[in-house]
Amino acid sequence: MAENADLGEAQEQAEDQIVEKFKGVVSPDDRQGYEGYLVQAEHLIDFAEKIKDDLGYDYLSSVTGVDYLPDEMMEVVYHTYQSTGGPALVFKVQVPRDNPEVPSLVSVYPGADFQEREAWDLLGIRFLDHPNLQRILLWEGFEGHPLRKDWQETFFEEETKPFKNRWPEGQVYRIEDNVPLGKNVTFPEGFNAEQWTPEADKLIYAGTAKFSETSGSNGRNLETDYVVVNLGPQHPSTHGVFRMVATLDGESIVDLQPVVGYLHRNHEKIGERNTYIMNMPYTDRLDYICSMSNNFGYALAVEKLMGIKPPERTEYIRVMMAELTRVVNHLWAIGFLLNDLGAFFTPALYAINERELVLDVFEAVAGSRMMCNYLRFGGVARDLPEGVLEIIDELVNERLPRRVEELEVYLSDNEIVRARGIGVGVLSAEDAIAYTTGGPILRASGVPYDVRRADPYSIYDRLDFDVAVRYNGDVYDRYLIRIDEIWESIKILKQVVRDIPEGEIQTGKSQYQVRVPAGEAYGRVENPKGELGFYVVSDGKPNPWRYHIRAPSFINLTALEKMCKGQKIADAVAILGSIDIVLGETDR
Amino acid sequence: MYGSGIIKGLRVTFRHFVETYIDDIRWLGKRYYNDEAFKARQGPKATGIFTVQYPEEKLIIPEEFRFIPFLIYEETEDGDRLDRCTSCGICAKVCPPQCIWIVRSNDPDTGRPIPSPTEFFIDIDICMNCGLCAEYCPFDAIKMDHDFELATYNRLDNHILNKEKLSRPEAYYASIRPQNYKLEQEARAAKEAAKAERKAKKTLEA
Ligand code: SF4
Ligand code: SF4
Repeated sequence: MAENADLGEAQEQAEDQIVEKFKGVVSPDDRQGYEGYLVQAEHLIDFAEKIKDDLGYDYLSSVTGVDYLPDEMMEVVYHTYQSTGGPALVFKVQVPRDNPEVPSLVSVYPGADFQEREAWDLLGIRFLDHPNLQRILLWEGFEGHPLRKDWQETFFEEETKPFKNRWPEGQVYRIEDNVPLGKNVTFPEGFNAEQWTPEADKLIYAGTAKFSETSGSNGRNLETDYVVVNLGPQHPSTHGVFRMVATLDGESIVDLQPVVGYLHRNHEKIGERNTYIMNMPYTDRLDYICSMSNNFGYALAVEKLMGIKPPERTEYIRVMMAELTRVVNHLWAIGFLLNDLGAFFTPALYAINERELVLDVFEAVAGSRMMCNYLRFGGVARDLPEGVLEIIDELVNERLPRRVEELEVYLSDNEIVRARGIGVGVLSAEDAIAYTTGGPILRASGVPYDVRRADPYSIYDRLDFDVAVRYNGDVYDRYLIRIDEIWESIKILKQVVRDIPEGEIQTGKSQYQVRVPAGEAYGRVENPKGELGFYVVSDGKPNPWRYHIRAPSFINLTALEKMCKGQKIADAVAILGSIDIVLGETDR
Repeated sequence: MYGSGIIKGLRVTFRHFVETYIDDIRWLGKRYYNDEAFKARQGPKATGIFTVQYPEEKLIIPEEFRFIPFLIYEETEDGDRLDRCTSCGICAKVCPPQCIWIVRSNDPDTGRPIPSPTEFFIDIDICMNCGLCAEYCPFDAIKMDHDFELATYNRLDNHILNKEKLSRPEAYYASIRPQNYKLEQEARAAKEAAKAERKAKKTLEA
């Protein structure tokens, strides 16, 4: 208790310090339920530089916008952290809604690049001096900015769920009949899809311009052309509908642009139409390999808003499920990395073998192998059924250690894995932080940053485990770090299985309509792929006002260009595999 | 030695290959199409290849497995169907993709709503099998099914299920989810008992 008071005091002091330091520029955000500071737009860059250089907030975790329609205001919200650990420094910039212009922070935090583009794309906030402010998730011909509150979607009869015509006078109809194909999009006026060439592609292809310096990068006096190669969107090595446009000089990559958005469904708009509980199953569909830990992040954010905590047993169950998910995800990632390296499917199948067993557990507990929808606010959907704990026990104490060891034996020393991995796609520690990479990518580059330790949630502060870290930042280290992390997860699982207490699994009664007080909350968890954050703003109504996801797969891609430049084209596939993306989450 | 890593890898592959045959021998030709062997093959002690010979063999699905909801009715002694559903509309309100439609009618004489729903539709093309309807129904009237082989030839005509197609007898529910059924029956019995007691008390006081 005393410790807590101290902590609170220390935090308050730090707060005063910031307000003092930036007098007249920064003011505390004192709206009920909000945290952080309001910064004036014209001083933003200066402020960001100072907190980064002087106070050590060098990790810009999340950038997003909120449309406060009733106040005629747009707000950009930044969450920064120190890469040595600790709580967030949140700051916001408010700009008028009819002309939302905010200076871009890409010069200070390169990791803001994709996130600012996303905010431009979906909310129409212009980031001044952004190096490449184009749409990123939607296509260039799209009209409007869909996350704005006054943007109407053709498909839906009402702004918010539940829809009134479902009960008590259910007038059943097929949704497709209401909005037939071709009628479900609106185009800008005078738009002709047949004759339209996307701007972005033109720019990308402009890279083929003739390269005719007398001594080219090949060092010989030859005139050479750059060649543009499109990898994807339908390419087996891109793990889904993902496209890389690589400009090549011979076999070397001079430039590489990831193109995403093929699987975009505007998850966040759907989320803002849903009630709070309805979003739970939707989070499963983000990173569909890790639905349990997606649930976890969302539950944390909403629980923070509601001010409730789950009972002890539930915390253990949640951690158990999250760590099993990590094992599953890393097995999958390693299997498919090997696929990309050319070891076609044998390692992947062995990895999936073990994954099956964990999925059986998920199915027994949650009812579904992949779309678990298991967590509830302040609890979980149901207690562990009979016999499941024994199976998990057998898995973590016997089966998984044996199998992971086997994996290490046949892969870690394998000449091909080493030859294709060591020294390829190197990302330095500084770059890893600057580009806001998360999870295994960050830790393989020598930054021991893990949300479970840096900003502990649930019961992680009581568990004994190490933050795995490797120092070379290449593909091989990103492979090794996943094995390390599986071992750490198994360590955690052993403790959890041993210590799980009996008791309640739900705080209060699980309700289909939860009361969420107005305010904002940012729930972050260490997902297997990196930091997964849910930024939720409530206005006290049954539906969230804003529901934003900081998707690790998406943000990790910011560093892809950096990793690939100067490498051979064949390695681009390996590098992408080592980042381990899932398109359901990247494109949302 | 160069190449030793590859040899190690091949050794593992070879072991997996052999393990399957050893498992074959252990079951003496009964490795497939045999429930007991299948259970072992699905569990954490399994060795060798995991292949399931679908559709002759099917994975054993746990009780909690959920796929497409159904409505439960009870049968009275003279064979009438008694819907458990009271048209309260909670499932329609909680359903994330909003694929439940309920028609509630009023009694023409009293003007009060009739509990049993006049119609109940679920568009199973849209249903995301989340199970929230079953979880929050206060009357245990809607539950998730185990049957996942639902392929049809015509998507347009067959995929909006009406009350008729959705309804299943209570016994069916008891057969696919025995544990849950037992717990719920106990809870109901306890509730009934408490109610009866309260009533008895009241009459006594009066
Ligand atoms: S199925 Fe259950 S929740 Fe749905 S209307 Fe009937 S009683 Fe209410
Ligand atoms: S399972 Fe989920 S999606 Fe399907 S009807 Fe029930 S609530 Fe709706």
